[in-house]
Amino acid sequence: MTDPLTVLCFSAVRLGGRILDCLHVETTKGRAMSLILAAESLAEIITGITECEPCSIAIAAVIHVALIGAFFGLPAGIFIWAERKVSARIQDRLGPTRVGGRFGWLQAVADGAKLVQKEDLAPKAADKPLFRIAPYVVVIASFAAFMFLPFTDGWSAVSLDVGLFALFAMLSLEVIGVILAGYASGSKWALFGGMREAAQMVSYEIPMSICALIPIVMAGTLNLNEVIHYQSAGWDTGFPPFFHWNVFHPVAGPAFIVYFVCATASCKRAPFDLAEAESELDAGFLTEYSGMRWSFFFLAEYASMFLVSAVAAILFLGGWDDGFGIVRSLKGTSTNVLDPSVILGNVIGAGVLMLKASKLVLIQIWVRWTLPRLRIDQVMTTCLKYLLPMACALFLAAVVYPMALIVLTGRPQVLPLSAPLTEAAVLTTDEPKVEVAAADAEVSE
Amino acid sequence: MNIEQLLFALFALLTCGGAISVVICQNVVRMAFSLIISLASISALFFLLSADFVGATQLMVYVGGTIVLLIFGVMLTSSSALLQIRTSPAEGFLAAGIGVLFLSVFSFTVWSVDWDRNEAKLAGVTAVDVPEQGYNEASSGNTVRPLAMSFIGLRPDKDGKAPGYLLPFEIVSVHLLVVLIGAAYLARTKRRVSAES
Repeated sequence: MTDPLTVLCFSAVRLGGRILDCLHVETTKGRAMSLILAAESLAEIITGITECEPCSIAIAAVIHVALIGAFFGLPAGIFIWAERKVSARIQDRLGPTRVGGRFGWLQAVADGAKLVQKEDLAPKAADKPLFRIAPYVVVIASFAAFMFLPFTDGWSAVSLDVGLFALFAMLSLEVIGVILAGYASGSKWALFGGMREAAQMVSYEIPMSICALIPIVMAGTLNLNEVIHYQSAGWDTGFPPFFHWNVFHPVAGPAFIVYFVCATASCKRAPFDLAEAESELDAGFLTEYSGMRWSFFFLAEYASMFLVSAVAAILFLGGWDDGFGIVRSLKGTSTNVLDPSVILGNVIGAGVLMLKASKLVLIQIWVRWTLPRLRIDQVMTTCLKYLLPMACALFLAAVVYPMALIVLTGRPQVLPLSAPLTEAAVLTTDEPKVEVAAADAEVSE
Repeated sequence: MNIEQLLFALFALLTCGGAISVVICQNVVRMAFSLIISLASISALFFLLSADFVGATQLMVYVGGTIVLLIFGVMLTSSSALLQIRTSPAEGFLAAGIGVLFLSVFSFTVWSVDWDRNEAKLAGVTAVDVPEQGYNEASSGNTVRPLAMSFIGLRPDKDGKAPGYLLPFEIVSVHLLVVLIGAAYLARTKRRVSAES
């Protein structure tokens, strides 16, 4: 730990959050440090220091879980406060003003403290073990999906080639907790709410997944970080870099709107909050819950809002790319993770992604307090008769559009391609991008 | 015992425990929940073996899809709030017989794998020349690209000599389309009949 490089590496871990694929570092300082420098993951770095593989994997796991827990819990707390404050302002009220200063900053903490003190109740008619487990299922499903989120270039707890697929698979488990809660409560309101919610979440998953596939097809990879690399561009193309974001693509732009509507519905947010419609169902599947277990459902709801918004930002809004080439120029072509400008670029990238995701969450809050609730048949009609055909047509268009462009202009996209960010990016995007660059060169000649 | 073996033991226990409690439980929803534990642990085992795609598919199709449909079926069909299932002794014997047969097939398969590569040793060749059966570190992980390529008929991993799975893939997708249209048709006709009556 006295080695300055080791200390720097550790501070990079703390600063960065999740070291994930701590990058493909080429060792220049000899073989001694190669184990740490060539590390592909946090576990390998710690192994280089402690020389104990099982304990280093355990330590790395604890660090990852703690960091993801911070990203899971903190936004949820902030958005609970923001929801109350924004809704109050929309309705011309003040909202929380008492706890923690003028703006009621500590409202979420106060809410949490109140909920912890409540008695842990279970109705007599409930199936008690399932009733108690259901909130944990929802929270774990939402939490596990955060594993696959790239917070900035290379910083994800698990960087998989099937990233988006695995993320949606995890997220789809949430519905099981809701059904269990509805069924195990032993109350007809809860049962109705659970069934509505399950029908809604399962239906909206289809157009949501199809829309999420559109950027995947365009980028040719399911790895979320590579999807961002595909959208990231410099000033060398002659256009502002943010024009390369998928949202400015003629097909992916409408897909973003469809995705966002479906994502809002899959988080059971108004105007799709049929499952807990107070006027019809008391509180739906939440009717019999109180205290901590009730708050777990809301923790998962706000965390899922943040998650689907972050996925929207990654797929359509360029993820950690700031749109003005700042992160790109800071990172340059350096492949050394410990380079201060690379670290700074990564931290800014993480901030940019958080900002974009938070903006989208704010839109969800704004929509909730603006639009009235739909009826259950209207919710299903919206999904199956409008959103699903739109998603399918957009998916078809996304496949046909590059072909039409190749026939008309000789290359698969309107904007010229920027130089790849790093060698790693070239490696991961494979030949297609190289071929397109060659086609670009021919066209310009 | 390294950490992978520990995790394997944990998830293997959960898989078997979940499977056993599916059989022992009498409440349908609790059975379904045990099935979730069992199937999710199997997907964890896939992730442990670096088979990311299979693991995620297991979660999406079985845990997120099939089980939800199953619970839905239970909710829509059960007459009482908490349905109980009781099996007759004859059913128990039949199930036990089939289970034992199935177990023997599995055991036979597992024991017939040459785990220690004894054949290679007996033949006097170096172990390197004989590909290891079963799990193989070198061929694990990141299977998405090869899988996707093989589904559009390309096999770069076999120098393009082996045929891909384009035809089976198309047949399955047409089959699924037929099933979807059939389901929609059935749902519509049912409604029409009830409207006339």
